[in-house]
Amino acid sequence: MEEIVIIRDVLEANNNVASENKAIKDERNILMVNIIGSPGAGKTSFILRAIEHLKVPCGVIEGDVTSDIDAKKMAEKKIPVVQINTGGSCHLNAGSVNRALQSLSFDNGIVFIENVGNLICPSEFELGEDFKLAMANVPEGDDKPYKYPALFTKAKAVVLNKIDMLPYFEFDKKFFYDGIRALNPDAPIFEVSARTGEGFGEFAKWLEEEYQKFRQNK
Amino acid sequence: MHELSVTQSLVDILLEEAQKRNVKKVTKVTVVIGELTGLESESIRFYFDVLSENTVAEGAELVFKMIKAQFKCRQCGNIFERTNFTFNCPVCGATGVLVDKGKEFYIESIEVE
Repeated sequence: MEEIVIIRDVLEANNNVASENKAIKDERNILMVNIIGSPGAGKTSFILRAIEHLKVPCGVIEGDVTSDIDAKKMAEKKIPVVQINTGGSCHLNAGSVNRALQSLSFDNGIVFIENVGNLICPSEFELGEDFKLAMANVPEGDDKPYKYPALFTKAKAVVLNKIDMLPYFEFDKKFFYDGIRALNPDAPIFEVSARTGEGFGEFAKWLEEEYQKFRQNK
Repeated sequence: MHELSVTQSLVDILLEEAQKRNVKKVTKVTVVIGELTGLESESIRFYFDVLSENTVAEGAELVFKMIKAQFKCRQCGNIFERTNFTFNCPVCGATGVLVDKGKEFYIESIEVE
């Protein structure tokens, strides 16, 4: 019997492809944003609304277990889009995004990756993105940072969607903010409603600044 | 649910390490898992049995070292582990901030024959 010390990151294979993706998208002047939220959080509506407000050109990579409903919504608005169907898998991995990047004919702008609706698994897999955006929403409750700390720890910014629903739900904003601040003291938190468009001016301004920083740092 | 693909990566690495060393049988694998990975050891165990079938790692004992996330109190500096639905300091009640622990996920060692 012999013990061998190994110390190897279990996700190294995925992380290597993620690094490759990062190089590819940097080469193409793309700022890549990985959007993670639960099913029904309003990720698709959020992306559509954000693109309306952004002055920077945008493309989308849609991740779903099955169907191309979301991609069709993007294509209707003439937004460059590629659909990934994971065929059962609960998250996107770097390999699927690598293939999507190859077929996405879009450069020089922002690409939103709409991850599979899920607050747990997608946060564990690096895709080569510049950063993650965590999306919570009012009807699903104020306890999400406490229940799903990994996502809120890793996100660069947090979006609280469906803010127009505040009068109808018992959503304790202080409790929600306190949870995020413990995990991620500096992340900006944007309160928006993809339905009414509220809050998108501020979000678009922030994202455009991030894009400018990305272009300057290259 | 993502434990399936994660366990596949785990088995891939094991087999690669075993092959490098001409190992005939892996008897024990020690894996370190941080709380913030959200990974569930029971699911990994379940998938491991299936994925390691007919390989040198079949039947290997899986040992998990679970690492808790830790918070540091902004007020008194106390380092603590969270309890449900609060990240506040159990000593003084002020809010805590996550310290860099709990995100680990790696294979620490294997035992072989």
